[in-house]
Amino acid sequence: MAFKMSVQKSKGKVQEVEIGKGEKAIKIGGENVIPFYDFDGDIGNSPKLGIEILDVYPEDWVDSLKELYKDVADNPVEWAKFVEKEIKPDFICLRFKGADPNELDKSPEECAEVAKAVAEAISLPLVIAGTNNHEKDAKLFEKVAPAVQGHNCLFLSATEENYKAVGAGVALAYDHKLGAESSVDINLAKQLNVLLTQLGVKGEDIVMNVGNSAVGYGFEYLVSTVDRIRLALFNQNDKTLQMPIITPVSFETWNVKESMADENDVPEWGSREDRGISMEISTAASVITVGSNAVVLRHPKSLEVMKKFVSELH
Amino acid sequence: MALKGLDIFKLTPKKNCKDCGFPTCLAFSMKVAAGAVEISKCPHMSDEALAKLEEATAPLMRTVKFGKGDNEYSLGGETVLFRHEKTYVNRNRFAVMFTDAMTDEEIDKKINNIKKVNYVRIGEEMKVEIAAIKYEGDKDKYLNLVKKIKESDLEVTYMLVCEKPDIVKEALELLKDENPIIYGANKENYEEMVGLVKDNKFPLGLKADNLEGLYELVEKVQELNYKELLLGTEGESIKDTFTKTVQIRRTALKEEDRKFGYPSVVFVNELAGEDKFMTTALASLFTLRYGSIIVLNDIDYSIALPLFALRQNIFTDPQRPMTVEPDVYAVNDADENSPVLVTVDFALTYFIVSGEVERSKVPAWLAIPDAGGYSVLTAWAAGKLSGSTIANFIKESGVEEKTKCRKLIIPGKVAVLKGEIEDNLPDWEIIVGPDEAMHLPKFLKELNESIRAEAQGA
Ligand code: B12
Ligand code: SF4
Repeated sequence: MAFKMSVQKSKGKVQEVEIGKGEKAIKIGGENVIPFYDFDGDIGNSPKLGIEILDVYPEDWVDSLKELYKDVADNPVEWAKFVEKEIKPDFICLRFKGADPNELDKSPEECAEVAKAVAEAISLPLVIAGTNNHEKDAKLFEKVAPAVQGHNCLFLSATEENYKAVGAGVALAYDHKLGAESSVDINLAKQLNVLLTQLGVKGEDIVMNVGNSAVGYGFEYLVSTVDRIRLALFNQNDKTLQMPIITPVSFETWNVKESMADENDVPEWGSREDRGISMEISTAASVITVGSNAVVLRHPKSLEVMKKFVSELH
Repeated sequence: MALKGLDIFKLTPKKNCKDCGFPTCLAFSMKVAAGAVEISKCPHMSDEALAKLEEATAPLMRTVKFGKGDNEYSLGGETVLFRHEKTYVNRNRFAVMFTDAMTDEEIDKKINNIKKVNYVRIGEEMKVEIAAIKYEGDKDKYLNLVKKIKESDLEVTYMLVCEKPDIVKEALELLKDENPIIYGANKENYEEMVGLVKDNKFPLGLKADNLEGLYELVEKVQELNYKELLLGTEGESIKDTFTKTVQIRRTALKEEDRKFGYPSVVFVNELAGEDKFMTTALASLFTLRYGSIIVLNDIDYSIALPLFALRQNIFTDPQRPMTVEPDVYAVNDADENSPVLVTVDFALTYFIVSGEVERSKVPAWLAIPDAGGYSVLTAWAAGKLSGSTIANFIKESGVEEKTKCRKLIIPGKVAVLKGEIEDNLPDWEIIVGPDEAMHLPKFLKELNESIRAEAQGA
């Protein structure tokens, strides 16, 4: 007997979604196979890599990043321009940390102006992340969405709690793309997609955020959720799960002990920066391996390594 | 693959003699197929039939053991391609590569790095398990290297990476009691290599230019009746190596072809070289996608912390979270003056929190109510950790007799519960702790100071 490649035919295909406008617009999804399995079929668009910036000074980021961004971090517009020019990600993720009611509780109007100025200053696609406070995000996005109309941004995210307001105010009224965020469970992901579709949001305007965690911190649930979502599509053509997936990796990986512990507290662990980068890279490589189509990263080194990872494997 | 009752029936003597305790051979066969009785209950099976049965009922992927004593490990034995289907059985193992082309300085540095990275996470020892030792052309240096590593006090098993049988033979003299892996059987040397390992059943790693060649090589080695095998997935590129590693596992488990039903060896060191972040990325990739032995160029904490944590996550039961028994636990010899911290019964959370409390050296009671085995926020969102669950647990667990201190620290992530607990436990002062357990040592030390100051004041 001779060896024969094991080939798995697919019944479904990940919806292609476009973010941004013009030359630098990106497309995610389009594959009908598990990531990098080109022996099975079409691997679609390559996974896209974004860099996180904030609307406020990044007080708790590692020193090297504060140093890197020292001339721009007080101004999100300059910061975004710097990232576009010097760091060259596929997209920029502007996160409204300052709008969080537990932080500065900035007003939606103020944030809308920032978002508009950032969107106009760059040509890279813009992903806009809220505060994770569902009520505040609904109010925030309602003002930010019209301010960046025409830029085809992706908003993170609509949840079970606020999907009506966010769905209507972002995707329906202003033609942006919408992140659908659920808590590490295939059925919850499906349900939210169905609810959004019923509201009138088109499938090709939805990107799923099916949960997020750092390796070592319940990450196996995320892996299995993504595995199951992708297999439901490829094996059963479950169209309610055909949206591409985005994972804001950096939002979690920099908050765990491995990335935060001070070098004086755990001298044997070595450089805090290296640990943070490595946690970010391991988590990003892992979610991309199981099926995430886009990740948000914080450190330029992580971006550099992940670019190489993706170009080698895709 | 499971055999059907009829297939087994065909192999029985069909005497219906009832010696097995069943009325007919067919009835017996059905029970065997269902796994209810052992085939050995029929005393009349021919050797030939038994051999056939064994072959047909053997697992799709062989379990290969290597190392000895505390450093004995099993690889392979997997039954599914995705962890949600069934728990993955044998976690992948990490190796660090040594060669005779390295300077003594490089070698010492690696030995030292392996020694340094050795810690416990959630009750499990985290370390590099294998020293891979590669022959690059200098026999004396190679044998000295093997000796050197053996004589260092590294707690590892060995993988000899060498395609020259005569050199393997000499190296094995040094390691014969260690049940090492020998990696490097190819289409030219396989007969000699099998000859070297057969008596001791040392695992043998096969390599070939491509999957077709590897497949043929496995056939040839199986004809020599040797089955303690590992399959090398060395490829020209990252992509090629990935494809090989996935195809081997899939051929075994999906196509049910036992030719590839063996653990894999992935040389990430060849693909990532000195780049430690690329090492982390690729080792993560192969931890998820079917690497059994993953060889790294070197180790340090920045590589180990994410990688070992990822592996620990992936090789857990997908149905049941690991939990600890709800109870009140004394940490650092807690006594009647110690404060109480509340957390959940999810093993991951418990170990992280108890580890940090230990690190603080502050005596404290750790109260663990039944939170369904969930993390703090999950339990809260699922309604398993509410103000009343916590309050009731404090009242019913007997902790009020264990300590006179009436300070109760709750996780920062569920600060919202403070009011409700205060209402239910009027005698207690409810203190919101930090969000992350890593800030507990500082927090507890300061709290301890204030408790002492209060005691002195009173
Ligand atoms: C894995 C996971 C699950 C797994 C469960 C894993 C488990 N055994 O707990 C599954 C998939 C089952 C799950 C289910 C749900 N989940 Co869930 N899940 C997660 C995820 C991704 C990781 C959780 C984890 O393991 N964390 C690691 C552990 C170690 O963290 P921890 O317990 O909080 O402990 C830390 C701190 O709290 C602190 N600490 C702990 N104890 C103490 C004590 C003291 C005194 C102090 C000071 C500190 C302290 O130290 C630890 C380390 O720093 C998180 C998102 C995330 N990234 O965190 C969501 C998350 C927790 N889940 C969430 C939700 C909503 C749910 C569901 C309710 C969804 C639903 N509607 O069904 C269900 C609930 C279960 C059910 N209905 O059956 C939400 C909670 C939202 C919120 N803010 O309330 C989250 C935050 C996701 C999200 N963003 O939406 N989930
Ligand atoms: S002992 Fe063997 S031969 Fe006799 S009835 Fe049972 S299966 Fe048949």
